[in-house]
Amino acid sequence: MSPLLRSRQFWLPHPLFSLFLALLWLLMVNRFNVSHILLGLALGVAIPFVTHDFWPERAKVKHPLPLLRYAGVLLVDILRSNLVVALRILRPARHLQPGFFVYPVELDDDFAITILASTISLTPGTVSIHYDAKANTLLVHALHLEDEADAIAGIKQRYEQPLREIFR
Amino acid sequence: MTSIDMPWFMQLVVAGFLLFGAIVALIGSWGLAKLPDFYMRLHGPTKASTLGVGCTLIGSLLFFSHQQEGVSVQEALVTIFLFATAPVSAHMMAKAALRRRLKGVPRTRNMPER
Amino acid sequence: MIAVVIPIALTLFAAAALLNLYRLAIGPDIVDRILALDTLMINGIALIVLSDIWMGLGVLFELALLIALMGFVGTVAMSKYLLRGDVIE
Repeated sequence: MSPLLRSRQFWLPHPLFSLFLALLWLLMVNRFNVSHILLGLALGVAIPFVTHDFWPERAKVKHPLPLLRYAGVLLVDILRSNLVVALRILRPARHLQPGFFVYPVELDDDFAITILASTISLTPGTVSIHYDAKANTLLVHALHLEDEADAIAGIKQRYEQPLREIFR
Repeated sequence: MTSIDMPWFMQLVVAGFLLFGAIVALIGSWGLAKLPDFYMRLHGPTKASTLGVGCTLIGSLLFFSHQQEGVSVQEALVTIFLFATAPVSAHMMAKAALRRRLKGVPRTRNMPER
Repeated sequence: MIAVVIPIALTLFAAAALLNLYRLAIGPDIVDRILALDTLMINGIALIVLSDIWMGLGVLFELALLIALMGFVGTVAMSKYLLRGDVIE
């Protein structure tokens, strides 16, 4: 047997993703018995194996614990941001000061940048619009932009810092 | 409507989720209808509607977990899916709008000129 | 209590869908119409889930998931078309 066929890298390229797929299957069929767990695990092995040629290089989640804390912070912020946006919509539109700003990204991993852009879209009054791969910047639109430097510093400190810890 | 035999506290929680979700989603659609330019309209549906429908789905999850024996987690799947895809579709639509050179309201700060 | 709340919630979501239809009809640009359709899909999911509770079926979940999938794929495909003039690069 060649070393390639024996390597875990070949048969199981994304162990966490496999586990996630198995869990997803269980959620979808909504039954938790042995046969479905086995089928889910089989799908979890088969799907990454078949599709991993299409994947970019895998993201390296080095520290899973900050990831959980990040998810918690995100959940609270989504709730808060939705209420803030709802209140801003209810106020007359002429009080709003919309604006664009360019956010310089310091992350260099594609997956991490995707998470950062999604986070920006889901949190208070900002939507990420365009990612410039050359300059490594995100163009962000804010529903109510008071101070540009303030908004950038807020995102940097609240979301990018934890993401850098996770994907270092 | 089938008869509901649930403790009143549980009913209160489910009803609260459903009502809150409906109100928030209505505000999101209201924003879509009334805000003056496309980039501002984008904010309503991506945030408020997603949260509104998410709350409705959580209410439904609680309801069916209580009605049928066992836990019903399928609604959680739709919720997660919505929250994962809303930023992506917002990003794509905004890129298309930039590409078509849609104008923002005149007071927009740093409108990208391309 | 739920029996009272569900018709109210259904009415609110129907009003939201009407607002989306309004934007779909007047939307100055095609991107506005895509956004309106996307929101209409999201509100449609809520309407389906609510009628599922209302009728006490518990089987319409697959429908909601399918509409969520179709809405997302449709939105991305239409945006992609506007971006490149072509869906598949």
